[in-house]
Amino acid sequence: MSLEYTNDRSFHEQIIEEVLAAYPEKARKRRSKHLNVVSEGDSDCGVKSNIKSMPGVMTVRGCAYAGSKGVVWGPVKDVVHISHGPVGCGQYSWAQRRNYYVGETGIDTFGTMQVTSDFQERDIVFGGDKKLRQLIDEIEMLFPLAKGISVQSECPVGLIGDDIEAVAKEKAKDLGKPVIPVRCEGFRGVSQSLGHHIANDTIRDWVFGREKPSDLEDPTAGFEPSPYDVVVVGDYNIGGDCWASRKLLEEIGLRVIAQWTGDTSLAELERAPKAKLNLIHCYRSMNYISRHMEEKYGTPWFEFNFFGPSRIEKSLRAIAEYFDDTIKENVEKVIAKYRPMADAVIDKYRPRLEGKKVMLYVGGLRPRHMVNAYEDLGMEIVGAGYEFAHKDDYQRTTSYVKDGTLIFDDITGYEMEKFIERIRPDLVGSGIKEKYPIQKMGVPFRQVHSWDYSGPYHAYDGFAVFARDMDMAINNPVWGKFKAPWAEA
Amino acid sequence: MPQSAEAIKDHVSLFREPEYKEMLREKRINFECPHPEETVREISAWTKTEDYREKNFSRKSLVINPAKSCQPLGAVFCGAGFDGALSFVHGSQGCVAYYRSHLSRHFKEPTSAVSSSMTEDAAVFGGLNNMIDGLANAYALYEPKMIAVSTTCMAEVIGDDLHAFIANAKDKGSVPKEFDVPFAHTPAFQGSHINGYDNMLLGILTHFWQNMERNPGGSINIIPGFDGFCVGNIRELKRVLDLMEVEYTIVCDPSDVFDTPSDGTFRMYDGGTTIYDSKAALNAKATLSMQEYCTKKTLAFAKEKHQETASLHYPIGVEATDEFLMTVSELTGKSIPDALVRERGRLVDALADSMSIAHGKTFAVFGDPDFVYGMCRFLMEMGAEPRHALATNGTKPWAKKMKALLESSPYGQDCEVWPGCDLWHLRSLLNTAPVDFQIGSSYGKYLERDTGTPLIRLAFPIFDRHHHHRFPTWGYQGGLQVLVRILDKILDRLDDDTNEAGVTDISFDLTR
Repeated sequence: MSLEYTNDRSFHEQIIEEVLAAYPEKARKRRSKHLNVVSEGDSDCGVKSNIKSMPGVMTVRGCAYAGSKGVVWGPVKDVVHISHGPVGCGQYSWAQRRNYYVGETGIDTFGTMQVTSDFQERDIVFGGDKKLRQLIDEIEMLFPLAKGISVQSECPVGLIGDDIEAVAKEKAKDLGKPVIPVRCEGFRGVSQSLGHHIANDTIRDWVFGREKPSDLEDPTAGFEPSPYDVVVVGDYNIGGDCWASRKLLEEIGLRVIAQWTGDTSLAELERAPKAKLNLIHCYRSMNYISRHMEEKYGTPWFEFNFFGPSRIEKSLRAIAEYFDDTIKENVEKVIAKYRPMADAVIDKYRPRLEGKKVMLYVGGLRPRHMVNAYEDLGMEIVGAGYEFAHKDDYQRTTSYVKDGTLIFDDITGYEMEKFIERIRPDLVGSGIKEKYPIQKMGVPFRQVHSWDYSGPYHAYDGFAVFARDMDMAINNPVWGKFKAPWAEA
Repeated sequence: MPQSAEAIKDHVSLFREPEYKEMLREKRINFECPHPEETVREISAWTKTEDYREKNFSRKSLVINPAKSCQPLGAVFCGAGFDGALSFVHGSQGCVAYYRSHLSRHFKEPTSAVSSSMTEDAAVFGGLNNMIDGLANAYALYEPKMIAVSTTCMAEVIGDDLHAFIANAKDKGSVPKEFDVPFAHTPAFQGSHINGYDNMLLGILTHFWQNMERNPGGSINIIPGFDGFCVGNIRELKRVLDLMEVEYTIVCDPSDVFDTPSDGTFRMYDGGTTIYDSKAALNAKATLSMQEYCTKKTLAFAKEKHQETASLHYPIGVEATDEFLMTVSELTGKSIPDALVRERGRLVDALADSMSIAHGKTFAVFGDPDFVYGMCRFLMEMGAEPRHALATNGTKPWAKKMKALLESSPYGQDCEVWPGCDLWHLRSLLNTAPVDFQIGSSYGKYLERDTGTPLIRLAFPIFDRHHHHRFPTWGYQGGLQVLVRILDKILDRLDDDTNEAGVTDISFDLTR
């Protein structure tokens, strides 16, 4: 269902002017290009994106390491990921993304572990390659069931001239397992985004393109393809998201041969090129490898959206277009099966959420993909922005948001605080760093990276959880307690 | 259909539904190329053996699940302890996102800090321009009273010189000449977060004290150190010191900024040691550190400035609090008031009431070096027996000191000390030399799952339990809190072990 509303353009334009006034001149010029009010019919949101954050402004962004180890590679569960460099990066990203997986951690899976080379001064001075070699042998000794090893570079690695590629080649041969060197040093690029891209490239070069030692069997051997094989790309299974999507895709008769990369195994990475269709959830982080598979293997890709029933229905029907009538018929059956449940969820929560205004500031996907899920519940998106989106993300956003929506790219702490102060939305969806300042202001908040320790939010099963969570955030009794009863109104 | 609008199932129960279990089973068999279940069981069992332990302890390069973080985290924590101070970390920006997230996940509070957002070009040409623009932007937007600059490893590897850069930025007018910009080099490849705390604190005090003449007075400085319980502990310190009528300065006090009220206002800055007090701290008679390993350099500096110095190791329990109070009394000449003597008596009373519960129970303790020392000391006081004392950021001198402590009590005789070891080492220890309970941070939950050793969360970081840091662990009052946490865990466990009707519930006693 589509919700009709517009946002207050002139007010939004005015508050952009207000926040810009606080900056020194040079910074003001640069920041002004990242803030805009979107107009109906625009081809993009009219903001600059994917360029350097300014120093000192309190950007929310992370780094390339976060994009590779934290997002793309980290969830690959039967591979040991080395945070190669000092101890901190691996420590702060340890088990924080909630990429659910099944397996015995430390035995056949390694997702919620922090494996690091813990660089010391001597490693900086003498280089870390020798240590890396030894460390890989030690991994093999303690974790013999690991299917492979990835080396996630932290800043110093690229600065001291280590040759991790040479070590990786040598050790892969020694162990008969893939060892994947990833050049995701944090200073590369301007955000997490380049880390995604680098990680994608290493799948291309070191997983698909790996030389297979003769004593190893071909990982794709014994794999019987079917006409309904698909891969879910760019779903990291946060709170079990990908499982909810998988179930739905299986119900319409498709066979999900791989989940990239939530709850994924090395075999699923290796076999993915056998699929008939790649279904992209997070376009921003994994479009690169999807385009590569399209070029190299002729696999088409489709960007689907399983947030909220209206988008789920639309996506299911669009996916069915790639297949035969059996799938098309199944889709209608599945939609008919789930609609009563989805309607019951909406009936339950919409009266409590109708007309509530939402601001979203997330990574590279959710500020657009979640819009209709909110609208299914009668809620309105008043502002949206991305941490690390590119131009094509902002182009894709215009079809989701309404006229007059405030758009902010790479928002600063200052801007966020001021926008919220002036707009007073009923709900903000963003990350852990934003959560507490915003809640202190008396504005309901949900983390929409980690689902605030809830989830899944994908597919029909997830929509129910989503609706429940938004209601509990907005209608929580605590918001009525901020002012003491004796305080003047 | 497993989901319904009436009874909405989230991840906790949804994936236990038959449809999902079957789906995940099929996924594993058909697409994951898993190892045979028997192999997994075999390896799993092997990781619990002496043989595995030996291999595990033979590693030289690999670090798995360490219980430490890097220096700049400590620097950002330290910066938060000063009034109106904004932490500015020079180097890659992702690091700052990580420190802020890490601290916010523990305190459930805002954490403000900025980065100079250095990228590849800065790696080549140095980050001077990032410092110039960064200080100007931070100063204009966030109106700090001072900016505390530290470094990520990127800036350290390329050798950026903070002293020169800050002077240069001031010349360019980024901030006024007289504006306070203390700094510290905090390389992530040396030491850990506790050294970052020390270095930043030294940087701040050096900045304020360097051109001042000391005019000795009667006040004392108290440095709390890096502490996940700083909110409860610093407030408890103040209460106790006020009872003693001592003139004091808490040097680095983040107890308010990590515990701001919800009343409609976001306070980016709240409380903290003021610039005035930081300067005046030079005149103190003495400086007392609550955590020696967090403050080695800072204490040496205070000594250089002719202050008396003393240090403790995270004082938990009766003896450690006695020592704290006597040290304060000695340094200030103030007597310990009766009110505190009564508090002491109440803690002793509680220990006496519950003496049989913790007595003889065995423990593994992990965390920062001072915490492990303080915690083991209190355990022995209750007749409990520490068996493994582990600090990933513990050094050999720390281990020596630990051994002396353990040898001082009959309850410490069977304890081994593990400096520089990580939680994967501890996994082997708990598998081959099991204990009844472990005390540490949230990271211990994986050990609880893998070895069945119940975890008591008393060390930073605590991500998966809320608000404990608002209550003290120091002083006699803090001792009570810690005691109750330990007793509750022991008694909950005892109830869990004795509650099967008609089988084990002969011991399911109403009064314990």
